[in-house]
Amino acid sequence: MKQARNRNLKRLYDWFEQRLQVEGPIKEAVLHNVPRNTASWWYVFGSAAFTLLMLQIVTGILLALVYVPSAAEAWNSLNTLNHQVPLGWFLRAVHAWGSNFMVAVVFIHMAQVFLFGAYKFPRELTWTVGVFLLLMTLGMAFTGQVLRFDQDAYWGLGIGVFILSRVPWMGGGLVHLLLGGPTIAGATLSRFFALHVFVIPGTLLFLALVHVWMVVKLGINEWPMPGRLVRKSTYIAEYDQLTHEDGIPFVPGAFWKDLIFSAAVLAAVGVCAAVFGPSGPGGQPDPSITQTVPKPDFPFLWIYAVLSYLPPSMETPFILIAPILMIAGLLAVPFVASEGEKSWHRRPVAVLALATVAVGWGVFTHLAMSTPWSPHMSAWSGDTLPVEYLREATPLVRQGAVIFQAKQCRNCHSIGGLGGERGPTLDAVATRMTPDQMRYKVVTGGGNMPAYGKNLSPAEIEALVSFLETLHPKGEAPAFDASQQAVQSNAAPAPAGGSSTP
Amino acid sequence: MTVSEESNRPNTLSTQPEIDKASDRDGPAAVSRRWLLLKAGVALNGLVGLALAVPVVRYLLAPVRTDSSYKSWVSLGDADGFPVGETRLVSFKNPWTQPWDGQTDNVAAYVRRESASQFTVFAINCAHLGCPVRWFPQSQLFMCPCHGGVYYADGSRASGPPERGLFTYDYKIAGGQLQIDAGQMPTLSNTAKLVNISSPGTNSGKDGDCGCRG
Repeated sequence: MKQARNRNLKRLYDWFEQRLQVEGPIKEAVLHNVPRNTASWWYVFGSAAFTLLMLQIVTGILLALVYVPSAAEAWNSLNTLNHQVPLGWFLRAVHAWGSNFMVAVVFIHMAQVFLFGAYKFPRELTWTVGVFLLLMTLGMAFTGQVLRFDQDAYWGLGIGVFILSRVPWMGGGLVHLLLGGPTIAGATLSRFFALHVFVIPGTLLFLALVHVWMVVKLGINEWPMPGRLVRKSTYIAEYDQLTHEDGIPFVPGAFWKDLIFSAAVLAAVGVCAAVFGPSGPGGQPDPSITQTVPKPDFPFLWIYAVLSYLPPSMETPFILIAPILMIAGLLAVPFVASEGEKSWHRRPVAVLALATVAVGWGVFTHLAMSTPWSPHMSAWSGDTLPVEYLREATPLVRQGAVIFQAKQCRNCHSIGGLGGERGPTLDAVATRMTPDQMRYKVVTGGGNMPAYGKNLSPAEIEALVSFLETLHPKGEAPAFDASQQAVQSNAAPAPAGGSSTP
Repeated sequence: MTVSEESNRPNTLSTQPEIDKASDRDGPAAVSRRWLLLKAGVALNGLVGLALAVPVVRYLLAPVRTDSSYKSWVSLGDADGFPVGETRLVSFKNPWTQPWDGQTDNVAAYVRRESASQFTVFAINCAHLGCPVRWFPQSQLFMCPCHGGVYYADGSRASGPPERGLFTYDYKIAGGQLQIDAGQMPTLSNTAKLVNISSPGTNSGKDGDCGCRG
């Protein structure tokens, strides 16, 4: 009975195999020898990225069953997904977290490949295709952020538009092309839907398959050993020898680690999705609502930070030239260093470059999360003043404190740990500046401070400065103008209770 | 699968001998004729592809038009509704619109009435990267929530990364209505005249900062 069933199954298998003829190529791909020490936990990121791509495709299709790619309805359909479709929120969360993980895993994969010198001969093209895969992954993240058609999506795309508009000569045309019209509107969402759902994923999947094809054909990069140099003339023979003498079949030797890591990543996506939920949608995409603080999604936060620190004159050249240089640099890596050492022990410049990029990225991302350069738009109306700052204060000082709040000084200057961080914190400003210096600064501005000369009456400035004069720690005297005191003490020989010497 | 198994596998239709015979029969002239025909096939496809590409490119470039073709005059309401010396947030329907634009066709602007006959209508987009600036009447400043750009009441740059003042719309008074020439998201490419950044604390160049009208 059992034998008969097995025989039937075998016949069915043979029927298909005779027509498809895939057994040979698959067996060859699966059972080919790879260097034994590449069966390592360091080599699991590429397959995890591919797994995440599959997850994104599946969850993306599932979301497309409900999502309406229309500027008028997209936001509503996302809310329907979140609140009315059973587990719609979970699917959205998995897609969003899958995207975060995919960007992260692709970057880690790239860093590992770079560190292990895996881009060297004969794998230059694998790296080149990988660079385009990275760009397309970021393209998916950006277009996906636009499809979450809320305030952040609207203004985030607006930032993209402003960047594009700086291209000389054709900036305006490019903006029209990107938006499908003169403003962010219905046509814009339609074309971003086409990009996010057809154009980019189609190319991404094709290039990912080319990438995997080359990995299978060229073999997995051997574990880098200090002193084992890559030479174009000898490498292929050396690699063949290595895989024959110290190789194991890819399946199961190395593949089980890929499987376990991919499962762990998928589980992590699921847990994050369940715990943290979907991202947005935030406020409605109504550009007449100005009560918004737009911020891009995680992968683009560092750009957001860089853009706030550039001096105005550098901005346009930097925005237009830096991305080209970065991409060209990445593409050039395998052609500049196609031979030689693979081991990070002997590649200090490569290690240093990677560390610099990683630290720079981390610092800018961290800065973008706290945005010390942005005014706190509601600090003036919402943040409280510490009580001790006003205890025993004169009416004039109190009036100054009110002016300090009412004129939005607090939006940029914090006091008692609350308020904006754009300008210096003012808890001890009286120790740094004399009243005259404060007056001058308030009236004329300077640096990053607007001039308030036209917006404050002399009486208001006096009140404000007398409040600021009280801001110094107990036991630390406020700053004073020594020359002024000298003049005063000469004019009035006996100042009542004044300091004895200037 | 061993090599012997592989060779035992039922092969595809065995046309091998016929091909051999055919190639025997073919002299160099016949072969070169076939190559010529192949080239003709490729050329034909190229020609047809090109012919089809022209309308495709035209279709794709459809949104690329002159700025003026997107713009038209929009009323912001009764000019007398704007008090002299004050700045008000107004919103209007974008003149270039599709039925499926939803809320995105609401556009906001700030109207400042300087005197009975003089207005300035600012776009809400920060001149740095387009985020919506907010007006604070108490301190007479526009502040941007993104990168901290700040502008004075007249739209000139006060501080932060913007390299110019706020964008303005052309306006006119028609039949008592304040009208602006709108329809295009203001960016550096369409409304821009790059101007020198006024040095902080001085008033020089402020007018130039906002020289975006007309």
